Amino acid sequence: MTGRREELAAGWIEVVSRTLATRVSRAELDRELHELYSAIVEALGSGGLDTGAEAWTEVRALLVELSRNRARQGFSPAETAVSVFALKAGLERQLDQGSPGDVAAYLTLSRLTDALGMFTVDSYTTTREQIISSQAEELLELSTPVVKLWDGVIGVPLVGTLDSARTQVVMEKLLQALVDTGSAKAIIDITGVPAVDTEVAQHLLKTVVAARLMGAECIVSGIRPQIAQTIVALGIEFGDIVTKATLADALRHALRGLSDADSVRGRGASQA
Amino acid sequence: MSERLPILRIGENLLVSIQIDLDDQTVLNLQDDLAEQVVKHSARGVIIDITAAEIVDSFVGRMLATIASISRLLDAETVVVGMRPAVAITLVELGLSLGGVRTALNLERGLAILAEHAAARAAQA
Repeated sequence: MTGRREELAAGWIEVVSRTLATRVSRAELDRELHELYSAIVEALGSGGLDTGAEAWTEVRALLVELSRNRARQGFSPAETAVSVFALKAGLERQLDQGSPGDVAAYLTLSRLTDALGMFTVDSYTTTREQIISSQAEELLELSTPVVKLWDGVIGVPLVGTLDSARTQVVMEKLLQALVDTGSAKAIIDITGVPAVDTEVAQHLLKTVVAARLMGAECIVSGIRPQIAQTIVALGIEFGDIVTKATLADALRHALRGLSDADSVRGRGASQA
Repeated sequence: MSERLPILRIGENLLVSIQIDLDDQTVLNLQDDLAEQVVKHSARGVIIDITAAEIVDSFVGRMLATIASISRLLDAETVVVGMRPAVAITLVELGLSLGGVRTALNLERGLAILAEHAAARAAQA
């Protein structure tokens, strides 16, 4: 394998570049695969065939880097794995002119390539999962802003589907904002929520009750006609929770409540 | 050895500020002491400040509701103030909504609520 290095590497690169021709530059492939090739040759020379052994550390590191790059650039698992498996194709071609000893060597190398290929797909998947989970987290953060609408009134405009994880974040953010701003009123606007089922309604109710426990009033606004019908059809009871059709109505209600509280405070002060 | 929580008197109102994590016996003691003090000072309002409490379990949650009911029998309004978001979430998950207990964001608002009550009472009289 060392002797026919250039030849083999060239064959390898050719097969890989035929598959990925349009998406990775030839020079880049050249560099990547040459590095990998020398690492494999070196590992073969110094250690056994166990790809988990220490001699293969560098090969593994290179493969991880390769699959990571491929995952980031949006290649499919097959396109990533081909980089490794194509090594076999190059070897096969050499087989035609080889001796019986070469066949045995080819089989050994073939097993080795399989192991390395598995490893590549493995690390490709891991990277993909990392990317997905970090994106999901970012989305969660982005999608739940808490805004101050007035002195003592905060609002949470909800957009998109509500699930348990998201409602948990909304709940925590809303309650924390109540404490931070000292607001006694909160408006949850669900204009942007496409559908309300029993689970979503349950979450909303919990948030309202939690806010009430902390001494703040929660108003649910932005209930579209269609959603109002669904809620009634599902038999969900909102009880004594204030619900309004529009954010404007909710704000008016909140401000009226606030002015009452202010006059109360004024009266209390004059008494004291 | 459970501790006894100090009960402070401010005019017609009693103030209990909880600075430690509550155990069951402490809350039971509080219930006893508070009932006694409400009668002794003929208090019209009770404020329980739980700003510092990080953990409120279902027993303590129920006891807060019980204390409120007892105080109401003795003609005193109870306001629980300063509940933390995490505590509120826990109580809701436990299915406790503390019905009949008034709540406020902070001590100032709690006093305002009691003042409102005093004013309403004065208007009735």
